[in-house]
Amino acid sequence: MTTVAPSRARRIADLVGRARELGIVVALALVIIPTAFVNPRFVEAQGIRDLLLNASVVAVLAAGQTLVVVTRNVDLSVGSTLGLSAFLTAQTFADHPDTPIVLGLLVGVGVGLVCGVVNGLLVAVGRVPSLVVTLGTLYVFRGVDFALAQGTQINASNLPDELLDLGNGRLFGVPVLVLITLAVVAAAALYLRSYRSGRDLYAIGSNPEAAVLAGIPVPRRVFTAFLLSGAVAGLAGALWVARYGTVDAAAGTGLELQVVAAVVVGGVAIFGGSGTVVGAALGALLLGTIASCLVVLRIPAFWQQAISGALLIGAITVDRLLALRLARELRGRSDHDA
Amino acid sequence: MDLPQEQPLVVLDRVSKSFGAVAALTDVTLALAPGEAHALLGENGAGKSTLIKTLAGVHRPDSGRVLVDGAETRFSGPADARAAGIAVIYQEPMLFGDLSIAENVYTGRQPLKTGRRIDTKAMHAHTAALFDRLGVALDPVRPARGLSIADQQVVEIAKALSFDARVVVMDEPTAALSAREVDRLFDVVKVLRAQGTAVLFVSHRLDEVFALCQRATVLRDGKHVWDGALEGETPDGLVRRMVGRELSALFPKQDTTAGEVLLDVRRLTREGVFTDVSFQVRAGEIVGLSGLVGAGRSEVARAVFGIDSVDAGEVRVNGKALKLGSPTAAMASGIGFVPEDRRQQGLVVDASVERNVALASLGRLSRFGLLSRGAERRLAQDWAIKLSIKTARLGAPAATLSGGNQQKVVLAKWLSRRPSVLIVDEPTRGIDVGTKAEVHRLLSELAGEGVAVLMISSELPEVLGMADRVLVMHEGRLVDDIPRADATEERVALAAAGRPGVVS
Repeated sequence: MTTVAPSRARRIADLVGRARELGIVVALALVIIPTAFVNPRFVEAQGIRDLLLNASVVAVLAAGQTLVVVTRNVDLSVGSTLGLSAFLTAQTFADHPDTPIVLGLLVGVGVGLVCGVVNGLLVAVGRVPSLVVTLGTLYVFRGVDFALAQGTQINASNLPDELLDLGNGRLFGVPVLVLITLAVVAAAALYLRSYRSGRDLYAIGSNPEAAVLAGIPVPRRVFTAFLLSGAVAGLAGALWVARYGTVDAAAGTGLELQVVAAVVVGGVAIFGGSGTVVGAALGALLLGTIASCLVVLRIPAFWQQAISGALLIGAITVDRLLALRLARELRGRSDHDA
Repeated sequence: MDLPQEQPLVVLDRVSKSFGAVAALTDVTLALAPGEAHALLGENGAGKSTLIKTLAGVHRPDSGRVLVDGAETRFSGPADARAAGIAVIYQEPMLFGDLSIAENVYTGRQPLKTGRRIDTKAMHAHTAALFDRLGVALDPVRPARGLSIADQQVVEIAKALSFDARVVVMDEPTAALSAREVDRLFDVVKVLRAQGTAVLFVSHRLDEVFALCQRATVLRDGKHVWDGALEGETPDGLVRRMVGRELSALFPKQDTTAGEVLLDVRRLTREGVFTDVSFQVRAGEIVGLSGLVGAGRSEVARAVFGIDSVDAGEVRVNGKALKLGSPTAAMASGIGFVPEDRRQQGLVVDASVERNVALASLGRLSRFGLLSRGAERRLAQDWAIKLSIKTARLGAPAATLSGGNQQKVVLAKWLSRRPSVLIVDEPTRGIDVGTKAEVHRLLSELAGEGVAVLMISSELPEVLGMADRVLVMHEGRLVDDIPRADATEERVALAAAGRPGVVS
């Protein structure tokens, strides 16, 4: 057989795909380099470690969120799921100090799975728009969290040292939390890229009607996406406990918007069909880094929110422009482009 | 009937299918032999789509049998038809724009390697091999977004090949293709035939049918009227078989004398949709706009009313130039527009009948910017009586009305504005016979009152019965302008097929 030379259309599509992630790396450099001039300690080993640590929880959540967003849905309940999972995990350790660490993490994941099942059933079986469902469960899960916590707080002194080591320890100089984050991101990326059901998620988001005609079990796949997002948020809750040591019912409040922002900045199309987990994780890193830089540069915290917001709008604008450009390029040479 | 020599791959045996009271197919028989290209012919609404969807497993026949390789088979869904080796390529394929071409071909059936991971390399290689067999140069890795309709069809054909489809149904595949793309498609069909695949080819372009197909089946009004070899047949003969219908005397068009020109469309062009369309409609005249689905009729109407923008040309209403691209300006100039799809475009189906009737007159019905419900109701009552709209109460949602009464609501909405030009697109589609006659009488009365009516219709008897003049469009161009006296089904049908002026 003959091999078709890479077409211009393919090259452009490739370029745009990569430009998205490359753009974030460039933006990271643009933020970090000036900050490093002001304060050289920012780029020392400890500084870098802190940057990665700060971005870890959001990056884990962003990985789960990506699975949902590529199907043209959204999971706004992840902050509350994280909060509920964090509190229940911490309570498990506080009540039973001998609990093995892995079992404790599994408690967190289990709580997240339950939350994901609720979301998934309502969206996939109940056919309620995910925005409405997860906005509702955002409040429901948080309410349950407050009801269970009853105003109590669990402190580091109530938690086993092994757990806190997980959140603050290192392996070969790299924080364990960062390694776990990398593992989650890698697993989600592999799933979306190389498994039939993962590719189905893109197909569903790209053209839901065609997905049904192509025989894709759409409700089951969407349910799975919410299930995984919940599980990942649950794991993030357990990691939250390990990292911060102190948990009350308000843990992770408002985190969902940071996560959605990270996903969008990372190049995942909010209307589904395209984007990568790696991009979303990089988006989380970028937003986290900007926050840290502003602290170093002594810029008031209010500006931090304004800048994050501006970045979000900028990212969406760039995406839209790229998409229009891509569409035009692809249309122009669809016929004999080899 | 004249059966081919070999064992047919698929046979529809005396298949009937009704939707409610409408019989879409009655006792239709169709046999597809390996390696043949078979044309399915018929006018709009002859039952071709229903037949295709029956083959595709979308519709289940009410009676009759489907035979695959001589064995009776029941399709419970599109998946069953696909498993039986039947692939249907619709006029506008449904692809995943964000995914690569190869992924579109192998959706859900991607080749796997260890750990159930997708073997992307193998998938690309398989897809390239399929394109090789088809003799087309498409890059399997590029995203499907932006592919021309022709290339999208090629992707669908590759998909059909990838699961070894033995019957490929193509629903008007050439409607959106350029001449060169048509040539390439024909080459692909030849490759398919050489491999023993049966191709069912639906097209209105008779020259293509003769170039490509060996046999044909003609449907008329859901019934099988002819099948056989195309050799020795003529296009005109086929058209006569497709039409061959008696004109019913249902149409009460009053004779009116045409007044001055109210709607004057000059050289209207929307690139890729319609080209250089010029016509006039006079006061008291009903002008029928005929042509096949996709010829650009509705698009011209939408452009005149300002819904779609145009690239060139002008429209004059009552002698004054109309600002194009603005429905508000069109309404202000006195145009009313009853769109093709009344549920989607003509009505707010969840709103009440009275709200719908008043919708185009809100300016007149409000005082100091506040809408008076009483005025709305009075207007609606008035028109409900004039058009005898049958509804339990005017406050009932429009969705609860029958199709015919819904159409009357849409008409009432425009008539209450006293338009000087009324454009109606498929005014009687999906309406029962009684109400149909009422709508016809109404249009005729309007013309009698001096309204200029432009009527788009796919129903030839309706056009011939109602129109003072018939304009015929073919592939985006106005190809014929036939006065009432000369308008015959044959002449209109021939012009619609791109053969204007052929009178035998």
